Amino acid sequence: MNDFARPIFLEDKLPEIRDSGRLDYRSKTLPTWCPGCGYFAIVDGVTTALKREGIANHEAVIVSGIGCSSRFPFFVNTYGFHTLHGRALPVATGVKTANEALTVVAVGGDGDGFAIGGGHLPHACKRNVNITYLLLDNGIYGLTKGQTSPTSAQGFRTPTSPYENPDRPLNPLLMVLAYGASWVGQAYAGRPAQLLDLIRQAIAHRGFSYLHILSPCVTFDKTNRTYGNLDLQVRDLPAGHDPSDLQVAMAEAMNQEAPALGVYFRQERPTLGQALDSLVDKASGSRKHLAR
Amino acid sequence: MSAVTEAKPKIVVCDGNEAAAWGVTLASVDMVAVYPITPQSSLVEYLAKFVAEGKLDAEIVDVEGEHSVLSVLQGGALAGARVYTATCGPGLAFMFEPYIRTPGLRLPMVMGIVTRDTLTPQSVWGGHQDAMSVREVGWIQMYCETVQEVLDTTIMAYRIAEHRDVMLPVNVCHDGNYLSYGAARVELPDGAATREFLGPPSVNWHAALDPERPMAVDPLTGGAGGPGPRMFVKYRKGHCRGMQNALRVIEEVHEDWAARFGRRHAGLVERYRMDDAEYAIMTLGSMTGAAKDAVDEARSQGRKVGLVKVKTYRPFPVRAVVEALAGVQAVGVVDRSVSFGWNGGPLYQDALAALSGALRRIPAMSFIGGLAGADLTVDHFHRVIERTARLAQDGQPGETVWLNEND
Ligand SMILES: Cc1ncc(C[n+]2csc(CCOP(=O)(O)OP(=O)(O)O)c2C)c(N)n1
Ligand code: SF4
Ligand SMILES: [Mg+2]
Repeated sequence: MNDFARPIFLEDKLPEIRDSGRLDYRSKTLPTWCPGCGYFAIVDGVTTALKREGIANHEAVIVSGIGCSSRFPFFVNTYGFHTLHGRALPVATGVKTANEALTVVAVGGDGDGFAIGGGHLPHACKRNVNITYLLLDNGIYGLTKGQTSPTSAQGFRTPTSPYENPDRPLNPLLMVLAYGASWVGQAYAGRPAQLLDLIRQAIAHRGFSYLHILSPCVTFDKTNRTYGNLDLQVRDLPAGHDPSDLQVAMAEAMNQEAPALGVYFRQERPTLGQALDSLVDKASGSRKHLAR
Repeated sequence: MSAVTEAKPKIVVCDGNEAAAWGVTLASVDMVAVYPITPQSSLVEYLAKFVAEGKLDAEIVDVEGEHSVLSVLQGGALAGARVYTATCGPGLAFMFEPYIRTPGLRLPMVMGIVTRDTLTPQSVWGGHQDAMSVREVGWIQMYCETVQEVLDTTIMAYRIAEHRDVMLPVNVCHDGNYLSYGAARVELPDGAATREFLGPPSVNWHAALDPERPMAVDPLTGGAGGPGPRMFVKYRKGHCRGMQNALRVIEEVHEDWAARFGRRHAGLVERYRMDDAEYAIMTLGSMTGAAKDAVDEARSQGRKVGLVKVKTYRPFPVRAVVEALAGVQAVGVVDRSVSFGWNGGPLYQDALAALSGALRRIPAMSFIGGLAGADLTVDHFHRVIERTARLAQDGQPGETVWLNEND
């Protein structure tokens, strides 16, 4: 069951929107997404999370690739950069490394992050660069009108696999856990309250945080990753799940039939910025840079 | 010389992307690598559909980006397959590393460029800047004017690419938006006749992975160590020779096409109403349609203007261009892209270079229009004709004219 199954009344919704303060973070550009697209919930989540975490507009940078999901920075009133298809992570790494004071959020789709840009993710995870990566997974290339993506189900029919998709989908959560991401979670656009909570935790985490967000493409996927199907498939991580246990996290990630929502894994370890600083210390024998 | 084919052609109404897919199908391609990008996507989707429907017996390899697309095709071509893909804009940019290497490997293949303007500013619309940005890399590049020409050229390109004296990859460029999505009546040539026209696929046996002659392709060549500079120079010169040979082969192949299928396209350069022309305009790609209409109207008002359309842009048909412009006193060259640093268009630069090589100086001017999908209308070409007429009178070329500057 998703949070939208109950009726929503305008007179209740408007005060909630006003009180959330999230409109402070919305640009004047109205989203060009299709009505019902899961991405609306994610914009609401990010803007509310920034408000609740006390991060001012000028302190946040949203870096995206190319795709419907990557239109994200247009609709948010923070710094933003719409990069190339697949290149959000290296650009975000550059921004953060040049100015540690900024909160850097990379946003992109399943194609952006796991097809054309798939080579960057292991390195961002292993370096533990202190940014947040929101991966908006609709299992399809939305912007180019609905072709098969690396997270599309086997047998799925699209214009590039009109007979059927012969490939198995990737397992993104298992991949990032193996790559060494220091915070890994999964959310569902149909459950915005939990989504908001997970975005807040991901942003607050010190190190590379990866939040996988299941989000239906209502226009080009009528059969597979629909709200109706996802409502039946998703579950919460078991009560008492220990997010410090990588093996348990991996075991949960392996269950792709019933995707679990929540924080899979969390670990404290030096970030890329800290590692670079301590390298300077070691090499110079001083702590000079700390005065900066 | 063969007679015009007996079999009746099938008539379909389709856009340029579907026409290219029909060309690939009729060319009996063995392998297609796919990554979607606007405005190419429907082209590779048609191919996936034709394969699923059994119209085309080929492998579709749906990969994770354009860098992989061309790498897969290199492997396929080395293993002896006739291969195809299409891309544009950012996809072509991302493909650059294997792209720049393919002609040196002398791997014949055909790749459509559904031309799109390059970033930045952000744009998903047509323009020649993508293809122009890779014009010096050693691929053959041909630009199409009509949907029919896209289909016919895609087929002819295989015979050109696979010709013994050429052995080079070919880009068939068709304009994003105007040709990719513009539908027209098209004749599908007969399958058997097309197969006969093309002959069996001819891979480059020098480079192919032949089990009878095991070898590793492309070790370090030239430079200080190894075999010394001469090997490298030999390969480079061979590549240049292949490009020059292509000028002859392209004309022969277009001739043979006309003889077999009854449809004549100029292979290198088309002259339109040039016989007694006093000045000319020069075009590339789909803009030529509107330009020809403008020339017709100007002619009906008694103006002695003609048009020279360049189809084969690389290798540049120097002789054909010089000959086409032999009788005129001025030329206005219209580009849908920019040559940065020259403050003009690339075709304009090439035309000047060709003329000066022939020791012929005529006043010339650069016009730039149609960037990022902007429309080039008959009215725009009237402006080009008027300005070129003035140039023929006073011989005073002005600054580059940006045709859509105030649109
Ligand atoms: C180098 C390059 N190749 C191809 C494209 C075309 N393209 C734009 S978005 C996209 C896929 C988007 O899918 P995804 O990342 O899943 O985002 P979604 O639209 O589904 O949110 C593709 C193939 C491009 N922009 N750049
Ligand atoms: S095409 Fe799909 S992913 Fe893109 S905005 Fe529409 S519903 Fe969302
Ligand atoms: Mg997607």
